[in-house]
Amino acid sequence: MSAEEGPVSLNDAPTRSLTMIEAINEALGIMLERDNDVVIFGEDVGYFGGVFRATAGLQAKFGKTRVFDTPINECGIIGVAVGMGAYGLRPVPEIQFADYIYPGFDQLVSEAARLRYRSAGEFIAPITVRAPFGGGIFGGQTHSQSPEAIFTHVAGLKTVIPSTPHDAKGLLIAAIEDNDPVIFLEPKRIYNGPFDGYYDRPARPWSAHPDSAVPEGYYAIPLGKARIVREGEALTVLAYGTMVHVAEAVLAEKGVDAEIIDLRTLVPLDIETVEKSVQKTGKCLIIHEATRTSGFGGELSALVQERCFYHLEAPIERVTGFDTPYPHSLEWAYFPGPVRIGEAVDRLLAAG
Amino acid sequence: MVKATGRAGKHGGNLPPLHLHVPEPPYRPGDAVDYSHLVIPPAGAQPRPDESCAASETHPLCLDLIRVLDEDHCAVGPWDPRLDPETLRRLLRMMALTRAFDERMFRGQRQGKTSFYMKCTGEEAISVAAAFAHADGDMVFPSYRQQGILIARNYPLVDMINQIYSNRADRLKGRQLPIMYSARDYGFFTISGNLATQYPQAVGWAMASAIKGDIRIASGWVGEGSSSEGDFHAALTFAAVYNAPVVLNVVNNQYAISSHSGFAGAERTTFAARAIGYGIAGLRVDGNDALAVFAATQWAANRARSGLGPTLIEHFTFRAEAHSTSDDPSAYRSSHEREEWPLGDPVARLERHLIALGEWSAEQHEAMDQEVDAEVRSATKEAEKNGILGQGLHHPFHTMFEDVYEELPWHLEEQAEQAIRERRIRWPQWGEGRDE
Repeated sequence: MSAEEGPVSLNDAPTRSLTMIEAINEALGIMLERDNDVVIFGEDVGYFGGVFRATAGLQAKFGKTRVFDTPINECGIIGVAVGMGAYGLRPVPEIQFADYIYPGFDQLVSEAARLRYRSAGEFIAPITVRAPFGGGIFGGQTHSQSPEAIFTHVAGLKTVIPSTPHDAKGLLIAAIEDNDPVIFLEPKRIYNGPFDGYYDRPARPWSAHPDSAVPEGYYAIPLGKARIVREGEALTVLAYGTMVHVAEAVLAEKGVDAEIIDLRTLVPLDIETVEKSVQKTGKCLIIHEATRTSGFGGELSALVQERCFYHLEAPIERVTGFDTPYPHSLEWAYFPGPVRIGEAVDRLLAAG
Repeated sequence: MVKATGRAGKHGGNLPPLHLHVPEPPYRPGDAVDYSHLVIPPAGAQPRPDESCAASETHPLCLDLIRVLDEDHCAVGPWDPRLDPETLRRLLRMMALTRAFDERMFRGQRQGKTSFYMKCTGEEAISVAAAFAHADGDMVFPSYRQQGILIARNYPLVDMINQIYSNRADRLKGRQLPIMYSARDYGFFTISGNLATQYPQAVGWAMASAIKGDIRIASGWVGEGSSSEGDFHAALTFAAVYNAPVVLNVVNNQYAISSHSGFAGAERTTFAARAIGYGIAGLRVDGNDALAVFAATQWAANRARSGLGPTLIEHFTFRAEAHSTSDDPSAYRSSHEREEWPLGDPVARLERHLIALGEWSAEQHEAMDQEVDAEVRSATKEAEKNGILGQGLHHPFHTMFEDVYEELPWHLEEQAEQAIRERRIRWPQWGEGRDE
């Protein structure tokens, strides 16, 4: 559990070790229990419980009108969610893979994101769209994408990405309670265990990781607050999702005293935490798995340059996926792994 | 380039080369117009199945045309809703008021009081009669030509005009293009401007009502042109799968800006016939016959409210005027189409029916026209006190940044400061404070 962002309630609740998928399942169950207006739907989420098991057991517990399957139509899934939100429900649709979200894009960008604005607050879209994203599972180009930057470009949407079971539960609860539409992207590579970037090393289970300790019951982690994963002096790392763990492993291996920040929410961004850290270290490394050009790293880099320029001792480094579709057989050549991160760290350390 | 030489080899034969079919409307500017090819069945001839019938029993009606008012201005047949004269007079008045409102707003746009307007001339019966057939609590997800619904639900004309002028009293804070109303208290969903997005939303609202065990139903609206959008088919799929309590309307006014209904598939079948493929109830209605529109909507609303699921209604009508104030139909269609349209004018048809009943007169009609015109004029004057577009009586600058999110995030706060700083430099005459 992070030091500054304890649970909003149940501070002393007992914890158990959960995987990220279990933590998400628990958050959904808690919200279905607490709020009768919460409904969950998507492809295969009902009886079957979702292809990643995020909704396992929820239909049996809460019934078919609270948790149900949908046609294979993402425009319809998000479109009906907007209508349900207008009615007063709090829909939590699942898009089976973030790669499939594009048919519903207009309903997100032109509708959900702007209802409050265009109706001057008469109608809102308190929707949380959950979608697994990212690669490293041999998913090929349609089961591996990281489209987060696209959503951060849309005024009215919030974009949230957890990196631990503890955060996944608290952030998802906060997202569902939020009255604005939230894109909740779940890094599927770390659903069942953290990942250090070495695909050829034995997989580690979440149970060995301290942030798999998930408090029982309800707690919310406020959106817009980053988490300092590790304090350090040598350089600042900005990352989210899977790449938080990869960064941690690579920097530990290199013995670098880095300050690692897990952004958790991309919009609204915790700019204060970012600024404070870069002003302290003078060096900034941004890591994401998504493609490079117009990626969220570009935005982060611009913000750091605008706000921390006179503290910078080296050019800002971006480590990203390549500007290609996600390849299947060359997945690990594409992935921004230890070599690419290591080189960037070396350049930063050599500068100034 | 390879010359088309006919087909040889294993596909064989002497087939002519393929040819792309691009639909062409029947008439272009200057053409004489002859609508004798349109099948207009006599009023009263269409059977009215029970509201609880199997959806398939309605499917012949998807290829027919439900009509109530006959050539002698009498209401005939099983679809006659048997409305009392007082209701008929209210219906007529709301249609006349809608027309008068359109006339005044169109003129206002031409006088530079606003940027844009869209009339619904010739389509007044559809929105007004549909509004009469729905319960007040039913939620309407309109497209952009359903002002008649707001007017029939007694939404204040002044508020409509404030929105059209984008002035300081605009309840939508000057954020939306004119006529893109939103009126939650009147069961009128915020109009998008993106086409057909409201269709799956209407279905979602109806699903929510069913999830909650409510008694209210939803009503969704698109034109025949935007029935081509994927959202239309998403909506019909979800409505059919979940048996959603929703009435889905397609206003077939023959034109999507300049594109004839052929570009939405009208050469093949009717728009009501889309219901057949989805296995839901469908009705095709004479949209210029207020009584037929009322009866069909009431049938579908009763069916939905009884838990018997969705109905798709095609309102067959004609867009008598331009798409919007930015459009000039003389550039693409024959001016004779409006005159020759075989289903007549909806206001005149209802007027003649009331006269035939002995419940109305030409004098009363003229007096009513003057009254509704005076009502619109007075609302216009009232609204103009709050300013017209571009005259400075807009909402404070800071409102530009509000409602993007429930709370203002830091980056919008910074941008709001920038906008207000620019305001002080660019428009110093407005003084400190007032416009922030």
